[in-house]
Amino acid sequence: MSAEQKIDNVLSIRDLSVHYSTNRGELNALRHVNLDVPKGSIVGVVGESGCGKSTLISSIIRLLAENAIVPNGSINFEGSNLLTISEDEMRAIRGQRMSIVFQDPMSTLNPVISIGRQMIDIQYRDKKTKQQKRQRSIEMLASVGIPDPESRLDQYPHEFSGGMQQRISIAMALQAQPSLLIADEPTTALDATLEVQIIHLLKDLQRDMGCSILFISHHLGVIAELCDYVVVMYAGEVVEQGTARDVFHLPAHPYTEKLLKCDPASIAEKSRSLPTIPGEIPDLTSLPSGCVFKNRCDKAMPKCDSVVPEWRESAQGHFVSCHWAKP
Amino acid sequence: MSAVLQVKNLRVRFRGLSAVKAKLKGIKDPFIDAVRDVSFSIEEGQTFTLVGESGSGKSTLALAVSGLLPAAEGSINFLGDEVTLMNAEEMQSYRRQISFIWQNPVGSLSPRQSVGALISEPYVVHGMKDKDLKAEARRLLTMVGLPAHFAERYPHQLSGGQARRVGVARALALSPRLIIADEPTAGLDVSVQGEILNLLNRLQDELGVSMFVITHNLNIVRHISDRTAIMYLGRFVEQGPTNSIFAQPRHPYTLALLSANPEPNPDANIERTELKGEVPSLMNRPTGCEFHTRCPFVSTDCNSTFPPVVDAGESHTLTCHYPGKHEQT
Repeated sequence: MSAEQKIDNVLSIRDLSVHYSTNRGELNALRHVNLDVPKGSIVGVVGESGCGKSTLISSIIRLLAENAIVPNGSINFEGSNLLTISEDEMRAIRGQRMSIVFQDPMSTLNPVISIGRQMIDIQYRDKKTKQQKRQRSIEMLASVGIPDPESRLDQYPHEFSGGMQQRISIAMALQAQPSLLIADEPTTALDATLEVQIIHLLKDLQRDMGCSILFISHHLGVIAELCDYVVVMYAGEVVEQGTARDVFHLPAHPYTEKLLKCDPASIAEKSRSLPTIPGEIPDLTSLPSGCVFKNRCDKAMPKCDSVVPEWRESAQGHFVSCHWAKP
Repeated sequence: MSAVLQVKNLRVRFRGLSAVKAKLKGIKDPFIDAVRDVSFSIEEGQTFTLVGESGSGKSTLALAVSGLLPAAEGSINFLGDEVTLMNAEEMQSYRRQISFIWQNPVGSLSPRQSVGALISEPYVVHGMKDKDLKAEARRLLTMVGLPAHFAERYPHQLSGGQARRVGVARALALSPRLIIADEPTAGLDVSVQGEILNLLNRLQDELGVSMFVITHNLNIVRHISDRTAIMYLGRFVEQGPTNSIFAQPRHPYTLALLSANPEPNPDANIERTELKGEVPSLMNRPTGCEFHTRCPFVSTDCNSTFPPVVDAGESHTLTCHYPGKHEQT
């Protein structure tokens, strides 16, 4: 996972910044983001609301809002820079080599069209007969564990439970066998038992199909269970990246450390006062100088006030941007 | 200690089919039981938590307790008064003593009212306009840890955590005896979750208010609740002191719920009790034990006879034919 690209990366983002022009001034939604998704791995992105997760996804699938400006950076996907290719080329990639599962399955699926019709429709690129496409849809539904897929194909989204709807959206996303699947908080709207089902399903499908997954979530437990690598974001910056083991066991950035500590799941003893991270995310239209986390950090020192910490490797394959991290 | 709220054998029904359709299809009972045979009590100054999957009837139960849905059977006793028999006037005074924290923090606040107006609205609704509303708003904001100038803000200017605090402030307005909180931390980041839970705990310690919390987030249950009940298809399958439920879940469904909780540790080796199949439809409840279609430890009797209530000590009860069977395997 180093800059020299020793490992074959499906997706590799370098120095990406995205700004939005608003009437309050320029909002720096993403700043100098580096991120790699190695082939055949699951990469988790963790961060709180407003840290830039959604902007990151929109810039990867190039569906950014109209007021977005990309001043610098590159998004390299299987050899082409997604920021410079033409709209036609991008359209050929979306849904074919790269697809996405959204948070709310009910708003992903069209409520007035049957599941089968929707699954057949999205295969519009394939030169196959309708019968073959239908067969393929049945296979996909079976692979995500929908019982009796053949007859359920003619049903409408409201006839399925939330967990099944999400499994159908996963089936649709994987139908074209993409090399990268982006999952945007796919389990947030689901119950704990269904959440585990979806995680296991994603893990199995990833193994069978050999695709890579970029998994966005703010649920630390899910990330720990599913992902090989973890990327931690804060206020529009990637502050830490490494293997799941490294990040969860030896967090290098003070923000990661605090985030892990305040997860109620990691506190086994009953406690009437849970740890929190005091303070607020800085205003992204007028960023403070130096480190972006300094106003909420216990370890802040004078250097943090003036110098922006650089992105460096603190241990083998473990990257962090903090002045405190060991070289 | 005395009970604030005592619910006995409560049943809430909804019509599933119209009378004509039911007749045509030959269905004798066109109703579904969203809540069935539920009994529990909430002690003074304590927190009772209700856990269950979507569609298990959690919110219906909360609405029935507050008198917003009629009870088909059973009794709801609030400080000695029977809620199911109240007339409109008594209901008004009952609603002054209970309050809600709604699930969607921003959606439950009117976008066109200022925070000050929103949190002093309960006084207006209950005819206490003679109070100094501005002073009350300031007092409530301070109580939930927001600066007093927030009274002039509008909901869209608040973050998720702040909106939630405003919701809590509004719930506290009439000094209720019981607060019903429907998913108080849904949609919040982990660091903000902690803040809200700490706030609820602190307010309970200071004001001695009782709480009825509905959630499907098991991680928070342990930290806020004294008693926990697990709901499945409108029934309580297990209830007892929170510590006892977490330390020794006895019902297979509780076991599955607790073990489904992912841990923030990549090396955690979680022994899972996996459920098979889907949640059955309420229109068509399974025979015998209603959980038998999904139970990993299903055995004889399960599909024919309804399981007895088993007493596991310390007011910990469950309904299962073979409690603790998982421990033998």
